[in-house]
Amino acid sequence: MSSRGSGNIRGRESVAGWLFTAPALIILGLFLALPVLMAAWVSVSDWRGQGSPFSSSVGFVGAENYRGILSEEGGLQTRDFGTALRNNFWYVVLVVPTQTALSLFLAVLVNKKALRGRGFFRTAFYFPSVTSSVAIVILFLFLFAGGGAVNRALSWVGINGPNWFADPRGVLHVILGVFGVDEAPGFLADNSLLSLSWWDWLAGPSIAMSALILLAVFTTSGTFMLLFIAALQNLSGEVQEAALLDGASGWQRFRYVTLPLVRPTLFTVLTLGLIGAWQVFDQIFVGTQGGPAKTTITPAYLSYTSSFLNNRWGQGAAIAFILFAIIVVLTVIQRWVLRERTTVPKRKRFVPADTAAVGSTR
Amino acid sequence: MTVAAQTLPASEAEERSSGDRQVQVTGGGRRAVLTTPLTYALLAVIAIIYIFPFLIQIATSFKTDSDAANNPVSLVPANWTTATYETLFGGGLDFPLWAMNSIIVTVCVTIGRVLFCSMAGYALARLHFRGRGVVYAGIIAVMAVPGVVLLIPKFLVVNQLGIYDTYAGMIVPLLVDAAGVFIMKNFFESIPVSVEEAARIDGAGVFRTFWSVVLPMARPAVITLVILAFQGSWNELSHFVVSAQDPDLYTLTKGVATLAAGGQGQAQQFPLKLGAAALMTIPVALMFFAFQRKIMSTAEGAEKG
Repeated sequence: MSSRGSGNIRGRESVAGWLFTAPALIILGLFLALPVLMAAWVSVSDWRGQGSPFSSSVGFVGAENYRGILSEEGGLQTRDFGTALRNNFWYVVLVVPTQTALSLFLAVLVNKKALRGRGFFRTAFYFPSVTSSVAIVILFLFLFAGGGAVNRALSWVGINGPNWFADPRGVLHVILGVFGVDEAPGFLADNSLLSLSWWDWLAGPSIAMSALILLAVFTTSGTFMLLFIAALQNLSGEVQEAALLDGASGWQRFRYVTLPLVRPTLFTVLTLGLIGAWQVFDQIFVGTQGGPAKTTITPAYLSYTSSFLNNRWGQGAAIAFILFAIIVVLTVIQRWVLRERTTVPKRKRFVPADTAAVGSTR
Repeated sequence: MTVAAQTLPASEAEERSSGDRQVQVTGGGRRAVLTTPLTYALLAVIAIIYIFPFLIQIATSFKTDSDAANNPVSLVPANWTTATYETLFGGGLDFPLWAMNSIIVTVCVTIGRVLFCSMAGYALARLHFRGRGVVYAGIIAVMAVPGVVLLIPKFLVVNQLGIYDTYAGMIVPLLVDAAGVFIMKNFFESIPVSVEEAARIDGAGVFRTFWSVVLPMARPAVITLVILAFQGSWNELSHFVVSAQDPDLYTLTKGVATLAAGGQGQAQQFPLKLGAAALMTIPVALMFFAFQRKIMSTAEGAEKG
């Protein structure tokens, strides 16, 4: 195209280029870039929601809001933020691996060429992904109610299900309780991080949060399944065939042929999953409002309640920035960790360092 | 496996494999067949787990409150009632108003996204102008910002611009989606330039070319964009939470969410809530089934790109 363009056309193109991108630039700038700058100011100000945050009556308070969240020993805001981080941490730890494994598993199952009703199964697994989070949360509130369908189904196999959305007990605490550990060992109770004792950090997700974890896996596995199906379809049948000829078992074919070849997609799914799982908001807003006993508050939801309900806008904005930082840092770490481990496959670990280095520069 | 063997052109098959290998492949095929009953059983169980909740949802919406509480699993209401739907459409609820607002927002956002994303995508793929690289980098950067982090920031801007509690505040911030720009740019780069070049040489201006030659050619990508925009804005909740509080501006997501939060503790009214949830799912479900083939391959295409 460049070889053909005369000055006139080039000039017109330049104007057109800016005209064509202008609406996108203005809207993205106005509602994505500018807000970040405004929120940065609010997070270091004492604005309480009245009038404009830029009026002269609003003062600069430095890192005060951040300090209130992060290091006010015994302070309610610090404790709430610690609780929110704890809740969301367990949520991420359980949701991301489960949804990744399940979606890959479903993709491998429905990708078989000889499978009849492939379309039906794909549709069934993907459908929860298109429905709104509000509708799904309402459905789960009903299914997981004390006398709801899930507990009814559990009772058929002799299990007495909990009152899911009203149960604040941590799953790990419950499990430890089974082994007779009901109280925190001294050092766990005495030490604390963000005003939350180590014992409380180790509570695991509450029973209520576990129901939300199942909800997340239910709604996201379909989307990620599609990504994996796409990756699997790019694999040539020949490679699988060759492995088959070599006498590889189903598991071996999956582990040594399929898995390495879908690795880029695995990266994508893990990263998207991680980013998404740190942003739980809708489910809490609609379903639990943070309860029971604050075991389902998340940083995103806490940022909303601090600002909109309690008028601590500075802290709300500060929480949003901390959450942003967490997501960025974890994503970077995750990509780095996965790249290291997967470019040097297990079976090559004992090869001389220089060979491994060549491998990892690929 | 057998299908693959059949579709393989004969000459190619001969070229690549000895007879001996063919036997082996069939052997492998038989092994694959042997595993299928188990696969089907497994798939059937998982499919039931995925579908059953939605059947319960629909069935419960035709139950009475006590029936729903006593028989939560049953798919057949003990005594059929349409009370849920009478309340939703005739009772004291603003359900029709919420639906109206959802339609207004969704239509505007979908049209806006198709237009603005395809324009920007086209410019980034085809038009040469100074600063193009910077613009593209900016859009990619914006895509990386997690949406929930922007809740408070978005409120601040909407409030500052004086469009809080207006349709404009609910619609305008959603009009452009960085991912949509990205999809359109990739699409335009994948189609040959020859047709538009012909149009340009014939003297058509840039906008004329775009509107009457390029956009019609981009139909597959535009459909993708429509699906994503429709689904995204119909299901959007958090932006409406921060951009308006007037009950007259409630969308379905927000209205039904208040319905869900309101009934807790007291009479649960699950048939009503589930009926509302089922109704609000219908448009996206219709969209999904209409474009099912397209949606399934869309995700595949997006991943490849």
